[in-house]
Amino acid sequence: MTPDGPLADVYAGTLDCVHCGLCLSSCPTYRETGRETSSPRGRIYLMRGVAEGRIPLGAVEEEAWLCLGCRACETACPSGVRFGSLLEKTRASVPRRGWAGHLEAFALRRVVPHRRRLRLLVGALAAVQRLGLDALGARLLPRLRESQRLLPPIPPRAQRAPLPPRIPAEGARRGCVALLEGCVMPELFGPVNAATARVLTRNGFDVVVPEGQGCCGALQAHAGDASLAAGLAERNLRAFAAARVDAVVVNSAGCGAALREYGDWLGAPGAELAGRVRDVCEFLDEVGLAAPPGRLEARVCYDDPCHLLHGQGVGEAPRRLLAAIPGLELVPHDDAAACCGAAGTYNLTQPEMSRAVLARKLASLAAAAPDVIASGNPGCLMQLRAGALGAGLRARVAHPVELLDEAGVAGRERP
Amino acid sequence: MAAHLDALHASLRRAVGDSACLTRPEELFVYEADGLTLNAAKPLAVVLPRETAEVAAVVRACREAGVCFVPRGAGTGLSGGAVAAEGGVVIECSRMDRILALEPGDRYAVVQPGVVNAELSRAAAPHGLFYAPDPSSQAACTIGGNVGENSGGPHTLKYGTTTDHVLGLELVLPDGEVVRLGGPAGFASGYDLVGAVVGSEGTLGVVTEVTVRLTPLPDAVETLLGVFPEVVSACRAVGGIIRSGLVPAALEIVDRRTIEAVEASVYAAGLPTDAGAVLLVELDGVAEAVAGQAERVRELCREAGASRVDVARDAEERQRFWRARKGAFGAMGRLAPDLYVHDAVVPRTKLPEILEAVCAICDRHGLRLSNVFHAGDGNLHPNISFDRRDPDELARVVKAGEEILRTCVEAGGVISGEHGIGTEKRDYMGMLFDDADLDAMLRLRAAFDPDRVCNPGKIFPATRFCMEANPRARGYDRVPFE
Ligand SMILES: Cc1cc2nc3c(=O)[nH]c(=O)nc-3n(C[C@H](O)[C@H](O)[C@H](O)COP(=O)(O)OP(=O)(O)OC[C@H]3O[C@@H](n4cnc5c(N)ncnc54)[C@H](O)[C@@H]3O)c2cc1C
Ligand code: SF4
Ligand code: SF4
Repeated sequence: MTPDGPLADVYAGTLDCVHCGLCLSSCPTYRETGRETSSPRGRIYLMRGVAEGRIPLGAVEEEAWLCLGCRACETACPSGVRFGSLLEKTRASVPRRGWAGHLEAFALRRVVPHRRRLRLLVGALAAVQRLGLDALGARLLPRLRESQRLLPPIPPRAQRAPLPPRIPAEGARRGCVALLEGCVMPELFGPVNAATARVLTRNGFDVVVPEGQGCCGALQAHAGDASLAAGLAERNLRAFAAARVDAVVVNSAGCGAALREYGDWLGAPGAELAGRVRDVCEFLDEVGLAAPPGRLEARVCYDDPCHLLHGQGVGEAPRRLLAAIPGLELVPHDDAAACCGAAGTYNLTQPEMSRAVLARKLASLAAAAPDVIASGNPGCLMQLRAGALGAGLRARVAHPVELLDEAGVAGRERP
Repeated sequence: MAAHLDALHASLRRAVGDSACLTRPEELFVYEADGLTLNAAKPLAVVLPRETAEVAAVVRACREAGVCFVPRGAGTGLSGGAVAAEGGVVIECSRMDRILALEPGDRYAVVQPGVVNAELSRAAAPHGLFYAPDPSSQAACTIGGNVGENSGGPHTLKYGTTTDHVLGLELVLPDGEVVRLGGPAGFASGYDLVGAVVGSEGTLGVVTEVTVRLTPLPDAVETLLGVFPEVVSACRAVGGIIRSGLVPAALEIVDRRTIEAVEASVYAAGLPTDAGAVLLVELDGVAEAVAGQAERVRELCREAGASRVDVARDAEERQRFWRARKGAFGAMGRLAPDLYVHDAVVPRTKLPEILEAVCAICDRHGLRLSNVFHAGDGNLHPNISFDRRDPDELARVVKAGEEILRTCVEAGGVISGEHGIGTEKRDYMGMLFDDADLDAMLRLRAAFDPDRVCNPGKIFPATRFCMEANPRARGYDRVPFE
């Protein structure tokens, strides 16, 4: 039987699932609900059921969007089911409806991919925050509450300036890397980009920031818009193809995971770029730090971004780097490998489940009582920051490269 | 019928609340199967209780509506046990996932049935304890399901199966009554009803609380990996080790096809893909004793033809080996869309010849066989990869399965080591038990569930169903159940 109805394109992928159930306990929505329906195995069963014409297409709609897309099930699955890709294709067949769907589609098509529009929007939001209008708005319009809670204080304009196109290595030159700036990163996390560049140059790498690069397409792909995502990927392909570098370094886990899929999106040239992609921690761990870092007295909980651990298989590298910082105590916490509930735009579209998933993590973090929570993805940073604040945790939330940067500075100041 | 169904749904909602009662067609659709995707059947509703009282209320609602019910854990069972074979209500215990007490001093824990097996060991570890039965599915399967199937695992060889570790139970009987059987101190006098419920596959009531024994973590552990040219020589090594009087914690054989699948998966552990088979031997106990035993095992493996014997360098590598072993079933999904996991026990001394016979059966039917099994217990898992969409292949799989079981029984074995009978093997019970045996079991069942409402359609051969339905009826007519 080769089905030709809806979801025909996921059919072959669903056949990889032998229904063993080993993925169940790794799935945050299953842990939360206990429902087979909301488990990876259940969702695959629904997809296959649709493809085989046993149930109508509408039967997968709710679960397609209740799924976080965290891909923890892929890390657990011995059978190699490529759940993330099945999910994206399924979502394309059951687009999100209602105001949330329209707003998201508008943002992902018309704002996020356009650097200037995004800058304008973020500039406006910064003004709103300065004037305290966000709090006011949230009080008047409960629907805005979630977004207001999540949005971090927007850095001052000076920290939102793009990085220079080329930053030379300091000390003995060890190589040259290209940096993906990202779309949201420079606007909301400019200091993280700057820290990334500093850590790389201090470790002997020229950093080039190719012009013409932009949004990686991850959010669009997760929302089921494969063609828009592929268009954005092509733009990056052109921007990075020319750069003669040892690696394309990415400091946002979500973007890194997407870039690594460019082969699937764009064929051989995409695969070539994908092969050169490294998460910043992975890269630094691979090449080794040029000099031992300086002291940083802090209890740190590292929290795995799903798209780093499950999407790129990188879990040990950031921990090794952090543990190498003298004075820094890396404290394990039980729920580190589970999704924080940010999941792209999930925290806005599925606030209830997002909060439930986050609550588990916060409880586990509270038990570990760290000074710093470190995680390498903008969405997670926002979610964890808002969560820690709301739960009364006193921990600061930072990207691991920020800690490396601070320790590096401390190292330099050593006599 | 529709009106009845609405009334049933309404009373279930009253029992557990709206959000804990699933009735939409797509929700019922995903509950049509467990780890075994054949024999699928949709339930009338699924409920997700959190407390014993809710379970009792659900059972009473089912009784009033005249429908049967089926307890379910994680649905990793491989014999169709958690499937509503005759319709009815699935009582999904996944939300009953609290560890109610953990007493390191007295070495026991009290848990709700939905606690995941591995979570219990994780919670006990800080106290230097663990929960010994370790099914390969332990990352997902529940204690309630383990009780249902009397599950074992690689370490059953030394530590025993679930029944050796359950001290007490709370059970909602099929009439909605709640009883407590046994307790932390074990059972003292009277009938050992705990023993009767463990392994009863959810046919005697719904387990709502389990008191389990916790075992001290061993002082030292050594895991050896013997590399063999083919499965038969690995089996010989198992025979040698057992004869020598050693009692390893685990003795597991993984054959070549399985190694290849696992090494292609996320659970790759660096097992040699050019080996015919590997034998995993785990020794635990006091450090000096373990070291001596490891030496002896090495010799015995070499004598049996091992080309080399590796040792897990540290705890991390040991865990990698075990994750590979335990991910083996799932990894087989790489070979074909479906996997039929067989489960039979044979006398250990006959392992080599039985394995050869099993291979011959699969060859004759043109089926892809792989073997990964608890060799120390003689517990075989011949796994057949297939595609359920191909009716001819499916028929051959079923045929071969029956022949495999018959071969094992003729060699003095049994038709299930740990996966239970469920719907899958109920028609083979006659290979092992005669009428008198089956009647004795049915009478026990009838004492708990006289009206046959608790997980019907499991364990007992279809031809005995009318007798099962009315145990007072004599005459034992072999009338197939409609
Ligand atoms: C990859 C894989 C590896 C496996 N490895 C092993 C192994 O090494 N050893 C082994 O023994 N098994 C193994 N199994 C089989 C299976 O995991 C076990 O049978 C397990 O105990 C089932 O647990 P579950 O929670 O999934 O129960 P389910 O499959 O949901 O239910 C199993 C049975 O128990 C009954 N039941 C469930 N909960 C209750 C309750 N609260 N009260 C009363 N009855 C209840 C059900 O009605 C059913 O009959 C494996 C399965 C898979 C998929
Ligand atoms: S992607 Fe995450 S939420 Fe979705 S099924 Fe997999 S584990 Fe569950
Ligand atoms: S672990 Fe993989 S094969 Fe097993 S049920 Fe989950 S997705 Fe399917």
